[in-house]
Amino acid sequence: MQKERPLSPHLSVYKPQITSVLSILNRVFGSFMAVSTPVLVYWLMSIASGPEAYAELQACFSHWLAKLFLLAWAFSFYYHMSNGIRHLFWDAGKGHGLATLTKSGYAVLASAVTLTVITIVFAVAGGA
Amino acid sequence: MKFRSPLSQAKGLGSAKHGFSHWWWQRVTAIALIPMGLWFVISVLCLAGGTHAQAQEWLSSPINATIVLLFTLTALFHAQTGLQVIIEDYVPTKWINLVLLLATKFAAVIMAVLAIIAVLKVSVGG
Repeated sequence: MQKERPLSPHLSVYKPQITSVLSILNRVFGSFMAVSTPVLVYWLMSIASGPEAYAELQACFSHWLAKLFLLAWAFSFYYHMSNGIRHLFWDAGKGHGLATLTKSGYAVLASAVTLTVITIVFAVAGGA
Repeated sequence: MKFRSPLSQAKGLGSAKHGFSHWWWQRVTAIALIPMGLWFVISVLCLAGGTHAQAQEWLSSPINATIVLLFTLTALFHAQTGLQVIIEDYVPTKWINLVLLLATKFAAVIMAVLAIIAVLKVSVGG
């Protein structure tokens, strides 16, 4: 029998704020990476399969849509990692003040953007 | 002090007693994924646009094989714990909730075995 339990994240009833928007983005990017795990596993399998499978996969990754996916993945990773470190500070009982919350939120965004830009520079320099 | 009534317990409302373990392992895997994830991104950047031989050589190194497997298995575990929380929060219909939870767990285990076999084939099988 279905119990009438309260559902925690009421996304639509609050005015968007830096805290709530970053919080839901952590879930959005996290779940994006979670559903992308087959790509990682397939890449490992293609190395094991041999040169043909690997070349096929590389041909796929030369498409602009695949490059956009990899870019989105990189940003997701850096965002989720930076915000995850923020979460670990909260778990340790630090950084709960409103001013600190806002500052660390913007720091997460800055860190994610900076690391993504650095990655793009290395990818372009490497000829990808 | 006991805050919960016997009735709420009998009706199955409340703690199932393994919430802490779930929370704890999500943090443990998160911490492990920081260095391994950065290592993985750098490795992929180095291999991008390269040949199969280069990728094979990279994966035949025992150290690379170990870290790539640890990274993949930890990522799959962390992904599954995260998806579980999201499904529990947003999917109120009991049977859909259960189907999704089972599907994510099965998918994670299948992908874990595929990754293990792929990496072992390269690093041990040659």
